[in-house]
Amino acid sequence: MNALLEVSTIAKSFRGLKAVAEASFAVAQGDIVGLIGPNGAGKTTIFNLVAGVFAPDTGKIRFAGKRIDGLRPDQVCAAGIGRTFQIVKPFAGLSVLDNVIVGALERAPNVSAARKHAAEIVEKLGLSAKRELPASSLTLPDRKRLEVARALATRPQLLLLDEVMAGLTPAECDRMVEGFRDLNRAEGLTILLIEHVMRAVMALARHIVVLHHGEIISRGAPEEVVRDPAVLECYLGEEAEV
Amino acid sequence: MNRRAAVLLALLAMALLLLPQFADAYVLSVATLILYLAYTGQAWNVMMGFAGQLSLGHSLYVGVGAYASAALFFHYGIGPWAGIWLSILLCVLLGTAIGFLAFRFGISGVYFALLTIAFAEFTRIGFDHLDWTGGPGGLFLKVAQRDQIDLANFRGPPAMYYYAMLALAAGAFALCAWLLESRAGYYWQAIRENEEAAQALGINTFRWKMLAVAVSSAMTALSGVFFAFYYNNLFPEQIFHISRSIEIILGPIIGGIGTLFGPILGAAVLTVLADGITELLAAAGVEIPGVKQIFYGLVLLAVVMFLPHGIWPPLARKLGLAK
Repeated sequence: MNALLEVSTIAKSFRGLKAVAEASFAVAQGDIVGLIGPNGAGKTTIFNLVAGVFAPDTGKIRFAGKRIDGLRPDQVCAAGIGRTFQIVKPFAGLSVLDNVIVGALERAPNVSAARKHAAEIVEKLGLSAKRELPASSLTLPDRKRLEVARALATRPQLLLLDEVMAGLTPAECDRMVEGFRDLNRAEGLTILLIEHVMRAVMALARHIVVLHHGEIISRGAPEEVVRDPAVLECYLGEEAEV
Repeated sequence: MNRRAAVLLALLAMALLLLPQFADAYVLSVATLILYLAYTGQAWNVMMGFAGQLSLGHSLYVGVGAYASAALFFHYGIGPWAGIWLSILLCVLLGTAIGFLAFRFGISGVYFALLTIAFAEFTRIGFDHLDWTGGPGGLFLKVAQRDQIDLANFRGPPAMYYYAMLALAAGAFALCAWLLESRAGYYWQAIRENEEAAQALGINTFRWKMLAVAVSSAMTALSGVFFAFYYNNLFPEQIFHISRSIEIILGPIIGGIGTLFGPILGAAVLTVLADGITELLAAAGVEIPGVKQIFYGLVLLAVVMFLPHGIWPPLARKLGLAK
């Protein structure tokens, strides 16, 4: 498999604090990769580096063969990467459908084409009944779904999911996992996710990268990673007893 | 827009078109002022209501637009139809210069508002020292012959100015309605609601905010041209004054920021009530200076407390016009 996203030895410090140190990993076309690690490990920083919120201090990020480090977030989106935010950022005053139309306009020639595409995605994410409601009226699980819908509407090749399962009930979480599996299978969507909910990571990810203090300490298939002593020590110690 | 809204809009348009047939000079002047404030409020609304960029210095564009056209007419006899383009050009240059400074260097929110005030203020001081436009003593245009229409030089009877302002207000309404349904409208509202999320969805926020400023300042330039040829006198201390900027934004705030009817409704409510109260007090023999300002303050207070989204949104729901 070809690497769609290739992160090589990127580093980022904030006022002398190393958030990410020399991290390298790749996400193959069509893969689902989970990025895990304790709080403060640098997961969201890596996301922000890929998504163009910050430029890395050193290192390179390649997407579909082209350098994307240093691009602005809108240019990264145009290159084919969609993202969600850990703390949801809906356009609160706009309707659910209008939220998704904003995303769909990225690749649509005009508003009516965007509306059609957005309506399909809203349907797929199970938000049809609420499409005319203002986004501010949605519950948290629906807001998370809206984040995903908006990002999907930009027709990404790679979707970055930042803790979209947090705060969902196990049943909602399973439904969301099923939805992403479908997207991955049916449309070949590549996914990189940060997730704290192990139930979701284990069910969804085919590969896992473990981050600790800004460094990658383990990587591999989910069942290998959870048995890695280094991972157990820093992060999964209690889980492994189960 | 639903059918009910279309019918009401048609009735409103008809009433406005026929108004000069029935109104006396006073009513016509009040109606012209309402349309002027509605139009200018609509222009401001593009920046704040649609794109979320708070300008407290829109008197800058009114003033520069007014002075540019008036000075061309005064010095060279060049009529406003040509002068308009200079006014628009200067205002767009100023607007985009402010926008560039703010948006490139991450100045937003209150600090952006302060920047807009600063530009309006130092332009006011600049014009105070500009002899070419009469400095603090003002610039005076020859008062129009009120009985004949000279369209080329935009001189004529009050009804001509009324219709000109009506055309501008209607044009601004149509333009804004179209913009809201366009890509620009969606992008502006996304930026207003959450700029970071907007950027993550592929929106070049810098470029679209610049467009909002350009559209808004160009529209406001026309307010200035109208002002100059309607009132025939311009003083830096008046036209650039911050109270003028506040006057522009009160209509949309009271009517409903970000809505199409808000600026129109707000301008009508404020002007009619303020003029009404002045008349009423005069009839009662009370002469208190500043009563209009106190009244503005009270209305603003009441609206902010009880109708934080303005008068229009709840009214639209009541009339069954909300979509």
